[in-house]
Amino acid sequence: MSDTRPDPEALLRRLQDEEARSRRGRLKVFLGASPGVGKTFTMLEAARAKQAEGLDVVIGVVETHGRAETARLLEGLEVLPRRSVDYRGTRLEEFDLDGAIERQPALLLVDELAHTNAPGSRHSKRWQDVDELLKRGINVYTTLNVQHIESLNDVVAQITGVQVRETLPDSVLEQADEIELVDVTADVLLQRLREGKVYVPDQASRAIERFFRKGNLIALRELALRRTAERVDAQMRGYMAERGIRETWAAAERLLVCIGPSRTAARLVRATRRMAARLHADWVALHVETPSDQRLTPLDREEILRALELAEQLGGRAVTVSGQSVADEILAYARAHNVNRIVVGKPERARWRERLAGSLLDALVRRSEAIEVLAISGEEDADQSRAPLPRPSTWGEYAAAAAVTLVPTVIGLGLRIAEMELATIDAAMLYLLGVVVVASRYRQGPSVLASLLSIALFDFCFVPPFFTFSVNDARYVLTFGVMLLVALVIGNLTGRIRTQAEASRERERRTATLYAMARDLSSVRTREELTAATLKNLRDTFGADVTLLLPDSSGRVRPTEPSPYPLDDREMGVAQWAHDQLQPAGHETSTLPAAVALYVPLGLSDRSVGVLGIRPTERHQFRDPARRRLLEALAGQAAVAFERVALAERSRRTEIAVEAERLRTALLSSLSHDMRTPLAAIEGAATTLLQSGGPSDDATRRELAGTIVQESQRMSRLVANLLDMIRVESGALEVQKEWQLLSDVAGVALLRMEDQLAGRQVTTDFPQTLPLVPVDEVLLEQVFVNLLENAAKYTPTGSPIELSATASGASAGQEVVVTVADRGPGIPAGEEERIFEKFQRAGSTPGTGVGLGLTICRGIVAAHGGRIWVERRPGGGALFRFTIPIVGTPPTVEAEADEDGESLEAATPWTDPPHSSS
Amino acid sequence: MDRSAPLILLIEDEPQMRRFLRAALGAQDYRLVEATTAREGLAQAAGRSPDVILLDLGLPDRDGLEVTRELREWTTIPIIVLSARGREQDKVAALDLGADDYLTKPFGVEELLARIRVALRHGAQPPGSTPNPVFEAGEVRVDLARREIRRGGQEVHLTPTEYKLLTLLIRHAGKVLTHGQLLKEVWGVNYANQSHYVRVYMAQLRQKLEADPARPRLLVTEPGVGYRLKVE
Repeated sequence: MSDTRPDPEALLRRLQDEEARSRRGRLKVFLGASPGVGKTFTMLEAARAKQAEGLDVVIGVVETHGRAETARLLEGLEVLPRRSVDYRGTRLEEFDLDGAIERQPALLLVDELAHTNAPGSRHSKRWQDVDELLKRGINVYTTLNVQHIESLNDVVAQITGVQVRETLPDSVLEQADEIELVDVTADVLLQRLREGKVYVPDQASRAIERFFRKGNLIALRELALRRTAERVDAQMRGYMAERGIRETWAAAERLLVCIGPSRTAARLVRATRRMAARLHADWVALHVETPSDQRLTPLDREEILRALELAEQLGGRAVTVSGQSVADEILAYARAHNVNRIVVGKPERARWRERLAGSLLDALVRRSEAIEVLAISGEEDADQSRAPLPRPSTWGEYAAAAAVTLVPTVIGLGLRIAEMELATIDAAMLYLLGVVVVASRYRQGPSVLASLLSIALFDFCFVPPFFTFSVNDARYVLTFGVMLLVALVIGNLTGRIRTQAEASRERERRTATLYAMARDLSSVRTREELTAATLKNLRDTFGADVTLLLPDSSGRVRPTEPSPYPLDDREMGVAQWAHDQLQPAGHETSTLPAAVALYVPLGLSDRSVGVLGIRPTERHQFRDPARRRLLEALAGQAAVAFERVALAERSRRTEIAVEAERLRTALLSSLSHDMRTPLAAIEGAATTLLQSGGPSDDATRRELAGTIVQESQRMSRLVANLLDMIRVESGALEVQKEWQLLSDVAGVALLRMEDQLAGRQVTTDFPQTLPLVPVDEVLLEQVFVNLLENAAKYTPTGSPIELSATASGASAGQEVVVTVADRGPGIPAGEEERIFEKFQRAGSTPGTGVGLGLTICRGIVAAHGGRIWVERRPGGGALFRFTIPIVGTPPTVEAEADEDGESLEAATPWTDPPHSSS
Repeated sequence: MDRSAPLILLIEDEPQMRRFLRAALGAQDYRLVEATTAREGLAQAAGRSPDVILLDLGLPDRDGLEVTRELREWTTIPIIVLSARGREQDKVAALDLGADDYLTKPFGVEELLARIRVALRHGAQPPGSTPNPVFEAGEVRVDLARREIRRGGQEVHLTPTEYKLLTLLIRHAGKVLTHGQLLKEVWGVNYANQSHYVRVYMAQLRQKLEADPARPRLLVTEPGVGYRLKVE
């Protein structure tokens, strides 16, 4: 029984597939063997049928090629306006992707899936447009000719001799929900061609002639049919797997193709893909990075990259690993991933070099054990030629090499002039030393030059007969040979050591960069710091122009600071795309490659937290896989750091929200008490007065009226406090600073509080030496009133209150400290901070008031740049103190003598001496 | 109602305020004309020639400051402005435009009646006439003709500026004077922004004239607006 049960994992995968699909739009491809089979026509007919069913059908782009019967089918269907693109002076009409997304039809018709978009479009290929449409849930009908399928590209080229440039990845076709083959026989097609019913562009007529040969057409038709059949096969397999029907074929195959710096890499990838398709196998393209990769030319690197990209486009997986030995790494990867076939290119090197260095194929075959190894011939693509060796030695190096050979010559000749005995063999040793020196410093070229020159000079100067190139003794030829060989071997060895050192230095630098960034990012707490740290690290690492874009609340990315390169609408669009699609875009990618910068999303597993924009300073700076990997690793680190900061911020916000909620509750309960009490008293008193037969005696009536007045004044104060609070809180506090006398401001407050302070001794001590202070008198008066009110409320009736102020100086930068002292119970220890919070009253003191007075004081004092605090008063009571900083220089007023010529009694900081001569 | 009783024009849109003022002023034998909009108020001011105008600054149709300016183009009828707390700049603007006084809402009826009495007294004097040569308030007695100032019988010496400031306040006794008005009259137009001059000299005057300079009862500060010489 268990045999027929569906594999749970397969079922799960299928469910996930279906879930993704249900959100995704459905794609139907009308596949044809060649132009002229009637794909567009069939597609339009199908669309009309759908429209007749009541579906919202819109034509995104359809090429009628001037054929009347096709054009007739367009009637009655909504056609989306094209977007016109200026390209080098010509206007190109292109499919309007954004228009289509905006229109959101149920079904959109997009002709020619393999079309290449005009430069400057969002995607370089139309199939990418279609992919985006599908992602946004729009169903699409499209047409495709079989020769445009990437994996068949070579085959078609072989059959027809025409290389098709517009190709699309096989995965696109594989993901199509439906494929309809539009099929006519070769004869019918040729008939149509003769009748002029097939669109043939004039400029390509020669190629077209070659293309439309009967043999070609039959072969292409077979390709299309076979492709469709494969598809049917896959559907059947899916059907069987879904219902738990036991598979009749062997366990899944897995292929691995080795990618090296070879011209045939792309061909190997395509061949592997075809093989994998036939075997229904997964496949991987693997490149092993070794230290010797450092010696590769940029062209070689590009070759590898292109092959890896191609593999990904064809539905394979592209993997790069690093290691010392290519064969070891390949086999390790293959074993770890259950690969059962390894595909390698046939050796290209000369046989003697193979013997000497050993070939990869050889190593693989010897050690592959159960894994099959397939060697496939790689023919060179005709249009590609290889670049010469990298970094040729400079003329300076050659000159230096030549100069070194002169040293033994001079020494030898010098010794001979000094009539000292110099054996020929000693001279040879001297020359050999020179050759070793050159070989250890420079590359092969200069070493060979040095050894050849040394041989010549040695022969000329020290081998008898002297000063001729002729040699008496044939044994010297052996000496010459040894010198040359030594130069070559040492040169080669030092070269290798140098490259290895460079490679390890490079690796070390990469690790150090990652480590430095990790360290920098882990210590920051805010988004701003994080932004700065990220930008600094990336700029230091790549030396390129870097900008960081973070999404705002609506998900649009915005630059965090002025970008070092112009960030126009197009660039912003690319950045947005990278952010939304979680894929790199822009420069050096296949999406919007016309952008000046490369945009890498700061990707987490399911979303992006921002986008890095990098404008390379040198060409192909980010083609190098190592660089690209480093960039992506750094972006990943930054993403995690941003997520960490965002989470911290979110938890802080939650805390704040909880606190706000607590305050709201406190406000509600205290307001409902503090407002209802006076209202109840007012209403009670007023209704009593109104009552018929109410209190008749005058005293009672006056008392009731008095209650109404008192309670409404209390309400009025409460409302004023609340309004002040709102003003302080919302930052709408307008501070109208003028130079004021503290005694004046305090005096007003004392008068206002006269009733509440009745029966107390209130003393003031504002010395004449106090400077003028820059304050808003209305606001500062409120501070005094609130502090006095508190003192009146919380200290025993009759206890004294003292107001005083001292100045630390009368000039700018100094401050005035104002003290309101009482002899009440004082503030309980530990509550000194809390009482300045909203809705807080000291300890458990009974009393009225919402607890806003001190909060307002703090707000006003802070708005003046001062501080407010409370201290315990020695001997009992509280000292409320606040400071007012003196900003600017206090103005002075010329003093004058009174009418009798007597000058003012005391000098004050705000008066100049009388009759000052200025 | 007595035809000779002072006529008060109330320009105010809030019905509750009108009801309260109607009752309060009626009880004091004032005649009252009410207007609910600036347009109506301006028409009534021209048609009825009231003795005092009570003008609310927050009218629905036009800005109270504009009404003040328009009224001052053709009449010197005393204007008392009614405004809420926290709008000190509006009050100063109205006073500088020619309003005579202001009241901050909410206010008690005592305060209102005192202001109206002061306004009526100043309105009755023909402009440019010399005030009573002897001014008396509490302990302070100022004989303007003889330039003699006494506090509780004791002679007080003032500097020329102090004297100038004091006489200006006496001329407008009971009315508020803005910092700007005081500076312009005493120090001249060049001192318009030097309000600390007024503050310093006011403090000096208080030292010489007030019984308790820390709680001035004669030379009263109107926070954010100016000063008033309090009478009664």
